Amino acid sequence: MTLDPSYLEYPSRRRGMDHDHYPYSRFDTRDPIVWPDGKTVAIWPVISLEWFPITPEDDPFRAPGHMQTAYPDYRHYTSREYGSRVGLYRLLDAFEAIGAKISVAANSAIAERYPEIIEAIVAGGHELIAHSTDMNGTIASGMPAEEERTLIAQSVETLERVSGTRPRGWLSIARSQSFNTAKLLAEAGLDYMCDWVNDELPYHFATDAGEIVNIPLNHELSDRQIVNVQQQSADSYVQQIRDAYDWLSREAADHGGRMLPLHLTPYIMGLPYRMHAFDALARWLAEQPGAWITRGDAILDQWKEQA
Amino acid sequence: MREGEADPGLYEFKAWRGRPKIRWPEGKTCAVWVAPNLEFYELDPPANPHRKSWPKPHPDVVGYSHRDHANRVSHWRMADVMSKYGFPGSVSLSVALCDHIPEVVEDANARGWEFFSHGIYNTRYSYGMDEAQERAIIEDSIETVKRATGQQIRGWLAPALTHTPRTLDLIAEYGLDYTCDLYHDDQPTDVAVAKGQLTAIPYSLEVNDHYGFFIYNMSPRDYADTLIRQFERLATEGEESGTVMCIPLHSYLIGQPHRIGPFEEVLKHIANDGRAWIARAGEIVDAFREQGDD
Repeated sequence: MTLDPSYLEYPSRRRGMDHDHYPYSRFDTRDPIVWPDGKTVAIWPVISLEWFPITPEDDPFRAPGHMQTAYPDYRHYTSREYGSRVGLYRLLDAFEAIGAKISVAANSAIAERYPEIIEAIVAGGHELIAHSTDMNGTIASGMPAEEERTLIAQSVETLERVSGTRPRGWLSIARSQSFNTAKLLAEAGLDYMCDWVNDELPYHFATDAGEIVNIPLNHELSDRQIVNVQQQSADSYVQQIRDAYDWLSREAADHGGRMLPLHLTPYIMGLPYRMHAFDALARWLAEQPGAWITRGDAILDQWKEQA
Repeated sequence: MREGEADPGLYEFKAWRGRPKIRWPEGKTCAVWVAPNLEFYELDPPANPHRKSWPKPHPDVVGYSHRDHANRVSHWRMADVMSKYGFPGSVSLSVALCDHIPEVVEDANARGWEFFSHGIYNTRYSYGMDEAQERAIIEDSIETVKRATGQQIRGWLAPALTHTPRTLDLIAEYGLDYTCDLYHDDQPTDVAVAKGQLTAIPYSLEVNDHYGFFIYNMSPRDYADTLIRQFERLATEGEESGTVMCIPLHSYLIGQPHRIGPFEEVLKHIANDGRAWIARAGEIVDAFREQGDD
């Protein structure tokens, strides 16, 4: 059977992108960004704080890290709970030890179920990013817009109610969006999203409901990708973050401010045998003269003043 | 190829031992070529019935935006490191990139890189194409690259490695000199085609950065070590008869900040070794053909 002739038609083959969300922009020729106090590399720690119901749903897809065995999967349910009960506090202690304020991307179910966690995060001076409702709250094309709108509202409003502050940022589960997501996020008044990984600095993202900023959260440098998916050690993770920092720091000397996201998962990095390596990494980062360890909203505001 | 037969008859078997000596210029033992894939992936491409464009429902935000990182950020990082140590690229090009992001193509051209076709988009597959359709993408490739760069393409790497039984015959008929689609040897090989002459130049899946990072899950430093070992072995064996080492790259992988530093050390190592003939794919094919396959 011959391929349909339309397969050789290219209606979006033109100068620039094949969509209207953002124009092409070349990273190394932009006006340099300046971070506060002469710092050169913004380190953006983001802890994903997730609640996995023991009753997983596959519509539209099963979240990474979700239940894997036949019901009841105590193994994965409790391992993920370990992250919220124990691992998170180890990570928060590591950041407190170096005086860093960070971002926590939380499922709203965490706020409903464990408000004392939210209290600790707020008291620590950290930022909350909305990260869906729970780990069954995945998004993909085909999801009715009204259902997606409700999910976003439920997440943002619950976090606002429990924490006292409306989240400004959004992270989708597995960074998976529908064609409606960015528009619905802008409509819900969110200032930024973290889903698109095509850049290493924030950029403007246009939607039919107005603009939202995308702050790229590098997926390849997450502990989940390196430790869980690629099965590398915590020491290798630390080496890779240090190599990345060194490179970005050198680039910043010629091209202006750079950004290094540090995406962490409590049930992965927060284990006793990995924390020694992570504590040492946090101390090393804090010692770098060019490192500005900070929250996503602080990066956004600094960037917006100059963009 | 002999369509439908168990052995497609692409080339003669020649054992690794006892081959005639291939000599590279200036007594070098291993021809090293770097093959950056400069690609454009579509956000919402039409479906090919034989293969999905994206593993997830469209929009595959991570898949698309990760690859978009190449043209916004990591191409420049990768290209600067290559230029610093004297490695030109032989580009596996999604030719629609000439239309979408001409900056990237112009940059590669200005650095003296050679272009061959990797199809129109890496989200459009050859599977199921009839002969006229396949001719159309070959003609489009030749014309688009000529218009954008002034270069005549000499080689082919099928888009996303999707072939038809006609592909090799057709590219030879259009006067292309080499294919990067066959992985049977560490030296160039004559390919059996209906008309014209076609050489299979060693490309590599095994030391491709995609395989390194996403099939074998290597750390950046493990991948760098792998490339150095690959070079050391081929440079030593090349004393008998010249070998070819290809380093296929995707800037959105190798140009990430945690990988580019270790990779820079690899290029420095190969450039300083003294046994490498650092060349473009077309030059390697020419030097091989001048000596004959026999």
